Amino acid sequence: MTTTPTPAAAEQATQPVDDGSLDIARQRFTDAKKAERKLGLLLVAPAVTVMLAVAAYPILYAFWLSLNRADLRRPNDNQFIWFENYVTVLSSPIWWTAFGVTMFITIVSASLELVFGMILAVIMHRTIVGRGLVRTSALVPYSIVTVVAAFSWRFAWTEDLGYLTPSGSAPLTEFWPSIWIIILAEVWKTIPFMALLLMAGLALVPEDLLKAASMDGANAWKRFWAITVPLIKPAILVALLFRTLDAFRVFDNIYILTNGANQTSSVSMVAYSNLIRGLNLGIGSTMAVLIFITTGIIAFIFIKAFGAAAPGADQGGRK
Amino acid sequence: MAEIILDNVVKRYPDGALAVDNFNLDIADGEFIILVGPSGCGKSTTLNMVAGLEDITAGKLIIDGQVVNDKAPKDRDIAMVFQSYALYPHMSVGENMGFPLKLAGVDKGTIQKKVGEAAEMLELTQHLDRKPSNLSGGQRQRVAMGRAIVRQPKAFLMDEPLSNLDAKLRVQMRTQVSRIQKSLGTTTLYVTHDQTEAMTLGDRVVVMRGGIVQQVGSPAYLYAHPVNLFVAGFIGSPSMNFLPGQLRGNGMVTTALGEMELPDRCRQAVERSKSSGNVILGIRPEHFEDASLVPGDKQGATFDAPIDIVEAMGSDVFAYFLMKGEEAHSADLDDLAKDTGNDLHADGVPITARLDAASHVQRGKTARLWYDSSKVAVFDAESGNNLAPGDEDVESSSAGAHRA
Repeated sequence: MTTTPTPAAAEQATQPVDDGSLDIARQRFTDAKKAERKLGLLLVAPAVTVMLAVAAYPILYAFWLSLNRADLRRPNDNQFIWFENYVTVLSSPIWWTAFGVTMFITIVSASLELVFGMILAVIMHRTIVGRGLVRTSALVPYSIVTVVAAFSWRFAWTEDLGYLTPSGSAPLTEFWPSIWIIILAEVWKTIPFMALLLMAGLALVPEDLLKAASMDGANAWKRFWAITVPLIKPAILVALLFRTLDAFRVFDNIYILTNGANQTSSVSMVAYSNLIRGLNLGIGSTMAVLIFITTGIIAFIFIKAFGAAAPGADQGGRK
Repeated sequence: MAEIILDNVVKRYPDGALAVDNFNLDIADGEFIILVGPSGCGKSTTLNMVAGLEDITAGKLIIDGQVVNDKAPKDRDIAMVFQSYALYPHMSVGENMGFPLKLAGVDKGTIQKKVGEAAEMLELTQHLDRKPSNLSGGQRQRVAMGRAIVRQPKAFLMDEPLSNLDAKLRVQMRTQVSRIQKSLGTTTLYVTHDQTEAMTLGDRVVVMRGGIVQQVGSPAYLYAHPVNLFVAGFIGSPSMNFLPGQLRGNGMVTTALGEMELPDRCRQAVERSKSSGNVILGIRPEHFEDASLVPGDKQGATFDAPIDIVEAMGSDVFAYFLMKGEEAHSADLDDLAKDTGNDLHADGVPITARLDAASHVQRGKTARLWYDSSKVAVFDAESGNNLAPGDEDVESSSAGAHRA
């Protein structure tokens, strides 16, 4: 406008002119939205179909089995029994021992993996000479099949034969030594995975911020805690969450190392024993559903605890 | 507050690249020094060496009488403002500004007081609880300044602090930076590639090229007495016009503008230098004038200019035109052109003239222009050096750039 608007004119300008154009604009806007949504649904449809077939159906079927008495040794006694299987499992000391063992392994190994993974990540991030070699060699444990590594660990800790076994002892025949060996095998294998995820986070910390912090008087230790850690919190969350959920389902290491002897079974081991060895589909499925629920709770707690740093949360504070 | 001395400072990277060569500079307490030059000239490297973010290959860096070559940045008591501002995104504005104090172990009450004072000075008081991501560019820039100020360090280092701001805000912040520096009286080293900032902010300007200091002096001195084509072309906007010329006997020189008599100071210097005869003449845009507006008795030369474009700025008129002849070429000028991204090749000598607003030059018409021959600078075409860089007067010797 070239003339100075009077107050009345200014007021008039703020009033929307009702000539129907607004409705047309709204209509067009919603039409466009609808078309876009339709295209979106079409595009995800194949993936959704596959997911329904390979994930949703087995989950629902397992849930259905868990509500039934379904024992392959007595196929004629199948019966819908509501939550009786859950009562049986949750009142069983075998389940709770396994649950405790699993929790212990999960918490201890995830914490150790975080600490060592972070150290490895920082080393890999800061390496200047032979960066490719350092990174590749650090990833070796992760590239070895878990079962193969577990056999190797079992040999190493075998009485009289193993190169790590103190003479005269048989660590895999006792409860605590077995647990620690299981944790060792888990930690050794997954540190590189942890380090990779954390390194991706480290790469996102702007170099200028660290320079600024050192100008502001922070030594390396303070820079790490005051700048790096808060900034890579999302990466830490993802890494920890993945590893916790993974560790809670620990199976192969235990299966090879102790096969559940001396009460070293994890919940997955117990579920496997009931389902496959015991042929008790009802009880086994119940345990599987309980594991599913527990991992769900763990994920929920993580996302609550980390708040805004959770993946998918508003990233307004990060730039 | 402190004085900073760079004594033959060299930076050579492990791959052999020489970033800074023999940098000598005495910065007095409270002085505002500008490091300026095209990208890759080593100015940021120099700043980082003073900060301690890069190590010094050879030479000595002395702050407050102490050699600090091997001191960590945190022990040098210097604050730095980054081009990216480098604000901590997870901290509020107040926490950002208080961070250096917190690290120094200052108690909470004092931190709050000092942050409050700085925030008031920078008009950030109502933003103290906000996160940097919610601030505008200008506000972020002020937070970065605030973080440097609260500590009351010995010196400020600023690495192109204004180049991420839009043009209008940059002018505003420029004056504010100047005001803050003057009121605090803190020694400041300021890196920029913007020659306007260099001209307006600094007590002294250091022009660098390819890791080598070209000239040190006050902005006005550099403007009037550039030592070579590079400095002449870099300082000043619009930049100096360069015309290849041929020396004739008895102080006459021929250029695309015709014959001209060299001013006395130049004539003697040119004779002494035994120049090959090929020179490049430098004329600042403001030393041109519409011939009809020049009183007849004023010394100078006139010529006819085919005006291409006229920009009336209100206060003056910029006239652009091409004179017939070869464009001036030298390593210095090619470097400058590369930096500005100007790789256009004109069919002649492009000239920018800044005329009085009363001038009636018109686009597409030929105008009679005058230029002040006494203000002309004469450069050797081969070396690019100014043949008469001006008297070795007090100003340039006090600059201390070339200490024995």
